[in-house]
Amino acid sequence: MDLNIIILIILMVAALWTTMTRSLLRAAIGLALMSLALTLLMFRLNSGLAAVFELSVCAGLIPVLFVSTISLTHPLTKEEVLQHMKDRIRRFWYLPLIIVAAGITLSFVTVTMNIKLPPPEAAKNVRAVLWNDRPLYLVGQIIILLVGAFSVVILFKESEKNEH
Amino acid sequence: MNIEILQIFWPFLLFVIMLFIIGIYCIAITFNLIRTLLGVEILIKAVTLLVIVAGFITGRTALAQAVIISLIVVEAVSITVAVGIVLGIHSHNNSLDTRKIVDTDK
Amino acid sequence: MLSLLIVVPFFSILFFNLPFFSYLRRAITVWAYVLFCSQIALAFRLFSPAFLASFTSQAHLFNFNIALDNLSLIVLLSSAIILFVTLILATYLIDSQTKRFNFVNLLFFVQAGLNGLVLSRDMFSLYIFLEIVAIASYILIVFDKDIKALSAAFKYVILSTVASVLMIASIALVLLFSGDTQFSAIRIAIGSQAPNLLIMFSVALFVCATFVKAGAVPFHGWLPEVYSHSPAAVSVLLAGIISKALGIYTLMRVVNDVFGINSQVSSALLFIGTVSIAIGALAALVQKDFKKMLGFSSISQIGYIILGLGSGTALGFAGAAFHIFNHAIFKSLLFVNSAAIESRTRTTHMENLGGLSKVMPVTGATSVAAFLSAAGLPPLAGFWSKLLIVMALVLSGHIVYAVLAIILSALTLAYLLSMQRMIFFGKLNERFSNIKEAEFGFSLSSIILAGIIIITGLLYPFVFEKFILPLAGSI
Repeated sequence: MDLNIIILIILMVAALWTTMTRSLLRAAIGLALMSLALTLLMFRLNSGLAAVFELSVCAGLIPVLFVSTISLTHPLTKEEVLQHMKDRIRRFWYLPLIIVAAGITLSFVTVTMNIKLPPPEAAKNVRAVLWNDRPLYLVGQIIILLVGAFSVVILFKESEKNEH
Repeated sequence: MNIEILQIFWPFLLFVIMLFIIGIYCIAITFNLIRTLLGVEILIKAVTLLVIVAGFITGRTALAQAVIISLIVVEAVSITVAVGIVLGIHSHNNSLDTRKIVDTDK
Repeated sequence: MLSLLIVVPFFSILFFNLPFFSYLRRAITVWAYVLFCSQIALAFRLFSPAFLASFTSQAHLFNFNIALDNLSLIVLLSSAIILFVTLILATYLIDSQTKRFNFVNLLFFVQAGLNGLVLSRDMFSLYIFLEIVAIASYILIVFDKDIKALSAAFKYVILSTVASVLMIASIALVLLFSGDTQFSAIRIAIGSQAPNLLIMFSVALFVCATFVKAGAVPFHGWLPEVYSHSPAAVSVLLAGIISKALGIYTLMRVVNDVFGINSQVSSALLFIGTVSIAIGALAALVQKDFKKMLGFSSISQIGYIILGLGSGTALGFAGAAFHIFNHAIFKSLLFVNSAAIESRTRTTHMENLGGLSKVMPVTGATSVAAFLSAAGLPPLAGFWSKLLIVMALVLSGHIVYAVLAIILSALTLAYLLSMQRMIFFGKLNERFSNIKEAEFGFSLSSIILAGIIIITGLLYPFVFEKFILPLAGSI
């Protein structure tokens, strides 16, 4: 098996762990592990710039956001944790079985499609594409970042006041 | 010629479909608000992988990376707003259980 | 020059938020009125083809892939009118200065996002501007931090983000077979190969995603709760333009310009449209809460628009676009009236109200205009758009669907008439015998919107020639 399949299996195991683990903090760390595996895959598929973006934002910023919100909300007591664990094993235990079964059945399916791929063209630089060909994406990104800043001002300031 | 390329990258599509199933299962089954957000994150990772693979097969890696960079920005802001809503629910209810939210029909 | 429509609201936000100009913050409401009215005037002026050609042909500083055609113009006009009405409501309903400042900033974001959505000719920039409007609407729904609004908004956020993921998956598959995300390149790529599984799968994913955002059945679970629990001004905005622009405009643009309507897509659209009309109308009959009933009524009317699109003809397309405009006007009029009633009587439960037309005559009269237009009675505007849709269905051979649309329109009349009877006619409840008419802002917006309905209905030949025919010609 080549390296891509191994990284894909790591990605899948991290996703399963994020879904099934009982502690929310470990789930956030599982998310960071998923982003790490995705970054390695992107480096292997010739997409270096997006890989660095993914590593810095999705493996850095978003787990920090999740960990801070998990610690802002009250943790469960010991009895609730035990009850929660029994509940969750009952609900979640057949997820890995479904996934493995789906994987094995789907790998035997061979779909032959007559798709005409687009003609190959010269490889371009990402920064040139974003600035020259698609500047509207940049405008959209700037506006969304402003919306994010506004949401932090509107949503988070008030909830801190409520807790005081 | 292109059918062979697709056969080589069929494992990638397979794993994307399995990640989709995991993500939708996580959103549907859990009772915790934050774990629903984690399920949404798993779905977004799956679709990021799909865009990168599509860009690699057709050779348009630059366009795929431009799409992914914008998608990561949108995802970060969406998660921020969703976390804001979760904190608002928590400050009313003091719990993150979806079964304990006030029934909205009353 | 076209990019000014996106850039001017964005720079307004930047300008008013700079720390030097904090003494100018009170002026933001005035500037917002100026901006929305100028967009209404611009949209009217742009309906003449000569001005349109001269407006769009100027050279851009950047290589933006934006263009304006008649479908975009109708959504541009409706969004400007609804934003104007929402601003009037917000000036009356929101008290504190900082909250009003935040609200107007969010309205600017919605305006920039909607303008970018209707102008873009590239699938991924369509998605980015759609997300701008969606995220701004999430913040607007939880503006008052009420627990019911928060839980309804959370459900909406999760469902809407899953729909966005489906949309990106569709864009990824499009990238696989066409190598580019611009509308023209995708159309050429589809035209040059036989219809195969990949194209059909990407169309199906995209159409399902837009059904979730528009609120068509079976993905309508979020809609009634969100409409009834969000603040009054935000309900007007959501019901009037946001659900329709994010869902229906995107569906019409992509299915018409990019993928093309073939028989499978057409039959799927017809089926989902009819089921939406039926379930929306049947559920609205049994509702006791005014705003929730209006939410189910929106689901029903969106079914009509999908039905018009699914007929596959130019006439159906024109009827669907005209119904977008009509539904924006009459649905927001109904929501403005519900906000007026709620501000005076503190309840929206229909069984507790009654006989309000004696004490609130303006609200009652404009509500009559709104519901007659919704039910499709001549000579109001709603009749003409429903007539166009039914005629398009008959002319393209779908007689069964046309008959079903006419029968279900009787159901629409039934639940709206019962709403009118329960709230406005009948005996006046003693608790409400000394309330006054709604405040000036509510009455002004009700009268403006009712005036638009009546004028559009009466001047229909003129409207048809100037606005609808160019729309049909653009297919």
